[in-house]
Amino acid sequence: MIGVSLYAVQKVLFRLNNDAAVRKRFAADRDAVLAEYALTPEERRALAEADVGRLHLMGVHPLLLAPFAGRSGLKWPDYLAALQRARNAQRT
Amino acid sequence: MPLAFAAAAVHAPGITGRPQNATEQQRNAFFPAYRRLRERLEAARLDALVMVSAEHFTNFFMNNMPAFCFGLAEGFPGPSEDEPFLKIPKTTVPGAARLARALATAVSEEVDISHSEELVLDHGFMVPLHLLTPDMRLPIVPIVVNCLAAPRPALKRCYALGRSLRRAIDARAERVGLLACGGLSHWPAVPESGKINVEWDRAFLEDFLAHRLDALTRYTEEEIERDAGPGGHEVRAWIVVSAATEGARGEMLCFEPIPAYAITGAIVAMAV
Repeated sequence: MIGVSLYAVQKVLFRLNNDAAVRKRFAADRDAVLAEYALTPEERRALAEADVGRLHLMGVHPLLLAPFAGRSGLKWPDYLAALQRARNAQRT
Repeated sequence: MPLAFAAAAVHAPGITGRPQNATEQQRNAFFPAYRRLRERLEAARLDALVMVSAEHFTNFFMNNMPAFCFGLAEGFPGPSEDEPFLKIPKTTVPGAARLARALATAVSEEVDISHSEELVLDHGFMVPLHLLTPDMRLPIVPIVVNCLAAPRPALKRCYALGRSLRRAIDARAERVGLLACGGLSHWPAVPESGKINVEWDRAFLEDFLAHRLDALTRYTEEEIERDAGPGGHEVRAWIVVSAATEGARGEMLCFEPIPAYAITGAIVAMAV
């Protein structure tokens, strides 16, 4: 279920994926960019640390998450493994 | 002039980005079939190609998500993805602006659509174009369908769009083709990526070829998600073409499950 807050998380990712100027600002000062959105502390942390597993469990759409993961330096198999690890950890 | 060409084919990024990851047998089934489709497209001597593909967060977000969006511009930049990912050089594909505006006007009599002069083309359009018109000179009318964020257009509305598009195309003087670009079952960018529900794909294509409206539009959103994955919602593009070619015989040029591309390599040409 997508809540109001998840919308803001996904909006950050959409902007980062589609706007080079936002990416540049994010690289220089991620806290300043994230402060522009109504995020919970947990969401802000997950975005700032590129915690793709956590973002996946929150319900972020994979087509928003995968490009963000790639730009954050995660290789494709490592991205998929991070999602699987997060799911496994949630089950235990 | 009646619709001069109609087909449906998959558009997965791996097809151009990482072709070598498929087995030799799979490649030998898939790429020659795409070449045969290209020969048919060239033989049709089209003035323009209407392309129906899925939104992938390239143009739209949940702040304003159109069900159907017609691209009315004189040209469309693409691909939006980096060149190393798709192995397709950045270019501008010419738009058939006059035709697009006429089709959008005619279809608006029957189906609510939106339109844009700023569409960017992602792999959904660019992978088929790269294989079918690599010189990127055939003018296109891109139509983006929300196959992404619920609520999506109901499958029956996609059928209605297809029928309406056909009437609009047939009334034009230009030689116009129609191509659906999209996957059947697939699970993009999640750990299940590479999983394919071959039986689901086969059953859908049988109904597609027979233009069985009730069967094609019977799936609930939950059934598609469960059996065909989050990517399965892209069957909307196929449904548009099935509706636009009602009564026409279809020929399956390829049906080859290719896990490395995360899809069944499905390519169908309609005898219109």
